[in-house]
Amino acid sequence: MSRLSTLVAGMFLVVGATAAQSADLSVSVEIPNLPVAEYHRPYVAVWIEGADQTIAAHLAVWYQLRGDHTKWLPDLRQWWRRGGRDLKVPVDGVTGATRPVGQHLLKFDAKQQPLSKLAPGRYALVVEAVREVGGREAVRIPFEWPIGTAKRDTANGTKELGAVSLSLNP
Amino acid sequence: MKNTLVILASLGATLVSLDARAARAWLLPSQTVLANSGGWVAVDAAMADDLFSVNQGAMNADAVSITGPDGKPVAPQNVAKSRTRSTFDLELRQPGTYRISVVDDGVMARWEEDGKPKRWRGTASEMATGIPANAAKLEVEQMQRRVETFVSVGAPSALTPSGKGLELVPLRHPNDLYVGETARLRFLLDGKPARDLEIAIIAGGTRYRDAPDEMRLETDANGEISVTWPAAGHYWLDASVQDESATVPNVKRRRASYNATFEVLTQ
Repeated sequence: MSRLSTLVAGMFLVVGATAAQSADLSVSVEIPNLPVAEYHRPYVAVWIEGADQTIAAHLAVWYQLRGDHTKWLPDLRQWWRRGGRDLKVPVDGVTGATRPVGQHLLKFDAKQQPLSKLAPGRYALVVEAVREVGGREAVRIPFEWPIGTAKRDTANGTKELGAVSLSLNP
Repeated sequence: MKNTLVILASLGATLVSLDARAARAWLLPSQTVLANSGGWVAVDAAMADDLFSVNQGAMNADAVSITGPDGKPVAPQNVAKSRTRSTFDLELRQPGTYRISVVDDGVMARWEEDGKPKRWRGTASEMATGIPANAAKLEVEQMQRRVETFVSVGAPSALTPSGKGLELVPLRHPNDLYVGETARLRFLLDGKPARDLEIAIIAGGTRYRDAPDEMRLETDANGEISVTWPAAGHYWLDASVQDESATVPNVKRRRASYNATFEVLTQ
């Protein structure tokens, strides 16, 4: 079931991608299946971190949308301190509902917001996840901008996150 | 020169601690970092040497003042005084930093009456009625005290010093402290850098350790120290000076103290 929904999500992304083959950055985030008594979907933040560790671009923030649960956003501790606290949620195209266990794909066109504003330099993709009555974990993948050659890097979380990968296509 | 000062300062501290030894004063907020929607924070105000156990005495909650990010006072709610602590709730809706503090500026006097020691504490204006005009061996001291903690809604905002007594002007905001990182803190005495000031920083949970594990630091010429936080958790900061810069008429000696509670977060 979750594999099917991943497939469907993947298809949408493929359809949504620009036909003109422009450069893109895609992120895959795995939310692992955890054998715990009380499970809640994690809050997840995905962002691009600048050399000074500030947030160069917010890519995604997933949190409980039903009811007022924004009070738990500071639990995404690194995201919060680095710039989440300066963001007025919800943000169109960035914030969304929590996601189920499985792989989640995010694709961004280099010519469009927020990547079009990214100055050349060294950055890191950061994915942070925090779960109610669970733990917190952040995974980081460094990269150079703009995209030179096609590249795919993977980093593995140990608890709250599974494999996180970053694909850069010139 | 500097050594002499330190010795004098520590002598002064010893004299005071013999006489006016009080348990450590602290304010402990239930959380220090709130989302932009704001919320409620519960604060304990207590006097206890075990940090942060409510096992000694309550601090008087009437003395607590709260300043919002706009500089306006905020009223505490559900104020209660129990035996070992005072508690109150704070509703925080405005983005920025709230300063929660207990600020005292009073006078302490000691003298002898019929060969017996007498002591009096009060405000400067009550001195005339509180201290007998013919008091023998009279010693009067101005006591300035500030006990603080900070809570931020969304992004922290700047803190303005009052220019009176001993104060902290954090160069790294007290709601932006993380384990393994170094924070620079500046101390002011009457608005000017407090140099060569001894600072003690103690982590909470003293009851679960065999050693106090105090960090002892001394301010530089700019009144600054650098602190690298060894672990996440609550910390209590303690500093005091004794000098002859009292602002109360007919009083020479002055003791100014500063205490703050910080929360250091994980990376």
